[in-house]
Amino acid sequence: MAPKAELLPGTLDLLILKAVSLGPLHGYGVLLRIQQISAGALLIEQGALYPALYRLEEQHLLASEWGTSENNRRAKYYRLTRQGEKRLRDETQGWNRLVAAMSAVLGSSPKEA
Amino acid sequence: MALTSIFDRLFRRSRLDRDLEEEIRSHLAERAADLQRSGIAEAEAARRARLEFGGIENYKEKCRETRRFHLLHGFLEDLRFGWRMLCRAPGVSLLALLCLTVGIGANAAVWSWIEGILLRPFPAVAHQERMMAIAGTHRGTTGEADPDLSWPEFLDLQRSCTLFDAFIVDKITGTTLGIGDHAERATGSIVSSNYFDALGVHPILGRGFLPAEDAGRNSHPVTVISYRLWKDRFHGDPAIIGKTQRLEGVPHTIVGVAPEGFNGTFVGWAIQFWVPVSMQETFDSTGYKLEDRSSRWIEGFVMLKPGVTQEQAQSQVTAVATRLAAAYPATNRARDITLFPLWKTPFNNARTLLPTLGIALAVVVFVLLIACANVSNLLLARGVARRHEMTVRLAVGAKRGRLLRQLLTEALVLSTLAVAAGLLFGYWCRNLLALLLPSRGGLTMSLPGELDWRVLAVSAAVCLIATALFGAVPAIQASHVDLAGAIKAESASVVGGRRRGLARWSLVLLQVALSFVLLVGAGLLLQSLRNLQNISPGFSTRVLTTWVDLKSAGYDQQRAEDFEDQLIDRIQAVPGVQSAAFAQTVPFGYRSYSSAPVAIEGYPTAPDERPTLEFNQVGPGYLATMGIPVLSGREFTRADNEAAPPVAVVNQAMAAQYWRGRDPVGSRFQVNGRWLRVVGVAKDSKYRSLTEPPTPFFYVPTRQSTGGLVLNIRTSLPPQAMALTLAREIHSLDENLAPGEVITMGEQVARTMAFQRVALNMLTVFSLLALLLAAIGMYGVMSYTVSQSRRELGLRMALGAGPRDLLRLVLSHGLTLTAAGVALGAAVALGSSRLLGYLLYHVSPRDPVAFASALLVMMMAALAACLLPAWRAARIDPVRALRG
Repeated sequence: MAPKAELLPGTLDLLILKAVSLGPLHGYGVLLRIQQISAGALLIEQGALYPALYRLEEQHLLASEWGTSENNRRAKYYRLTRQGEKRLRDETQGWNRLVAAMSAVLGSSPKEA
Repeated sequence: MALTSIFDRLFRRSRLDRDLEEEIRSHLAERAADLQRSGIAEAEAARRARLEFGGIENYKEKCRETRRFHLLHGFLEDLRFGWRMLCRAPGVSLLALLCLTVGIGANAAVWSWIEGILLRPFPAVAHQERMMAIAGTHRGTTGEADPDLSWPEFLDLQRSCTLFDAFIVDKITGTTLGIGDHAERATGSIVSSNYFDALGVHPILGRGFLPAEDAGRNSHPVTVISYRLWKDRFHGDPAIIGKTQRLEGVPHTIVGVAPEGFNGTFVGWAIQFWVPVSMQETFDSTGYKLEDRSSRWIEGFVMLKPGVTQEQAQSQVTAVATRLAAAYPATNRARDITLFPLWKTPFNNARTLLPTLGIALAVVVFVLLIACANVSNLLLARGVARRHEMTVRLAVGAKRGRLLRQLLTEALVLSTLAVAAGLLFGYWCRNLLALLLPSRGGLTMSLPGELDWRVLAVSAAVCLIATALFGAVPAIQASHVDLAGAIKAESASVVGGRRRGLARWSLVLLQVALSFVLLVGAGLLLQSLRNLQNISPGFSTRVLTTWVDLKSAGYDQQRAEDFEDQLIDRIQAVPGVQSAAFAQTVPFGYRSYSSAPVAIEGYPTAPDERPTLEFNQVGPGYLATMGIPVLSGREFTRADNEAAPPVAVVNQAMAAQYWRGRDPVGSRFQVNGRWLRVVGVAKDSKYRSLTEPPTPFFYVPTRQSTGGLVLNIRTSLPPQAMALTLAREIHSLDENLAPGEVITMGEQVARTMAFQRVALNMLTVFSLLALLLAAIGMYGVMSYTVSQSRRELGLRMALGAGPRDLLRLVLSHGLTLTAAGVALGAAVALGSSRLLGYLLYHVSPRDPVAFASALLVMMMAALAACLLPAWRAARIDPVRALRG
């Protein structure tokens, strides 16, 4: 099994936005989806999810409503707002630019420098 | 963010908590179920789920924090805490509250007067924001040469102006209403027929006036009565419409009852009945004026059309005035017509009260400042007591900004409470102004304050400003505790730090300065009132005056004359009465004198000079009764009647101006086309106000004109006794007649000075209040200083200073401070006492007596405030002080 990576600061919000963009989820569902997409490579403390969800809702990037889970439990479902979609697009582009720049730097060989 | 969601967050925290609780429970249950599915036992799965989740309470708190609407929530917490702190020191809080209540309450009261008297004086009128006063002015001058309008001018304006919804005639008048065994004056108004419709005031019974009732000389004796008159005099008779009431001797049909709360449109008076313009002559002893362009008697108002500005309306009115000036040069040359906002209305009490209210406003702002300084000082003292609390809070990591905010919130709690109490105070003071004015013989004065949302808004603003003023200094000081220094110095301090001391002393300095300014103002007004009272009116102030209204009682000329002769004979037979005489108008009365253009024989007039003089119609022996000396010739006798040749008595000023020093006795002048022979010259006296210059004036006999109303009696009897005797004598002549109020001429004169008196009373009350507040402030600072410097004082004593030296030390401290404050105050007073303006008579705004007495009073107060702390200082036991 590959070693688990600690999250970079600030990336949790982006992961949540991405997870929720695929369809409304309750808190535990967000956690499962992130683990599923990343194939369990990202380590998230479960409780830390909630302050992040509340913060995103406060910023009007997420909206929530109560519903019923697959297991017939009352659960709060989060979905992406229009502002959230825009933020996800912007952040994804920013992230990709960063990754490209970082890989360019890290992938360069001494000769080219 | 929507307001509702803020509310949600503030007040439904528990729901948020429940939601959060349930969300986490549901997460844990889902996780545990997943774990169970992978084969873990139920209890172990629940334990693992909780463990993986992490610190539940910690995360919950983080969620709550993101959810809180921080600022507002913190504010509510501060509010609660502030309230608890105020309750912890109830003495200080109450004193502070009292000071602030006085300051804010006085402001609320004065603002309510300004609102109710100047800005929105007619609350029953539908659109008073579109209402303006209209008056004649003299082109090229700022003063109003002749503020009234004539009826033809009025009609011209009405015909030619399109920007107005209505032009309204309003002319205050009066009559007598007999009620039981006494007669009372009633205030009425002559109004145009559109009056009620234009104002949007709908009679509760009957109707307003009809357009036809404007025209036809004395042909529409109809009246609308006020709600109060209907209730008081007619006992709320529901079938009142169609009944008749005698007004000025003419039976009038009551056609309507005005709604409750509508007092007419004359600031200061509650109008009790209204009659249409066509009845002008009946209510005006000076003649029929509806066809005369030069007879100006209308006090007009206009209603602008919605959206029309004052400038647009004014230019239209000016165009009409210009046209009239060209068309009628004899009467309208150089005459302009001007619109005035209601608070500048040139013809009612708005104008007389404007300066008084202006001064009142300045004064209450001063009082508020002084109160704020006091509260500020109280809070500073408490800030020292709470330094320990602040130090601890800072030490455990509270931010200074947070402390500052909390202290300001405490101040806000104080001032909010004070605003509530102050508004109550203002509510009680609403009608105070009318009470401060002397009564006017049963006439109802109406000077209501108006506590509407504007006044509330102003009070709220005052509250915020006050909070900033008195809260800021202590808050900044308290939140700037020097941590290390404060803990070290906690027990050993001598005086509470240089900067804190400085702030406290400057606040007292400010208080002293402001109170000094107010004292100077009161002194100046007192001086000027005394000067006014020292002016001789030119007649005896001990003469009694009253009135008997024969015209209203339906007497014709002949019956009235017989009655007057009989009554005079009877009164003069009463022991203690020297003489009595009737006259048309009493000097210094509200009723205006008759006036007429005159032509003097042998006095050539310039082509554009039209001397118009005022005159009074007086009975035999009037001048002797009033104590006005006859300088040459004689005064009227009973022989000067209809059958005798017309005569007149002129005053000194008229003789000097038109006969140039020659004795006019024997010469003639023409009045209203009738030649009068001068039979005497009377000494000048004052006719309307004590400050008027000598004015040409003449007298004609009542028998040769319309008759008397006012009865003057020269007697040694007091007014009350005379009133009873007079009522008895009148009753024995006519059961249905009664005299009006009996007062001295001195009282009659004093009533014209009512506004100066109100200003003086107000300034005196407030400056004494300010003095008291300043003295309390000084006492507080001095006794605090003494208690803080016990060690220092004890040391001085141990080194050989006697109680006397310590007494002197503390007193000189206080008096130096006072002297500095007085110097500052004197500078301000010299700059600002001109604001008293016309209320000052023959007093320089720099009057040394006023300044000296203010200084004396201030020093006495300061001495009184310092004496107790100084005495305490002198009694310090050095041993105990140094040990403690």
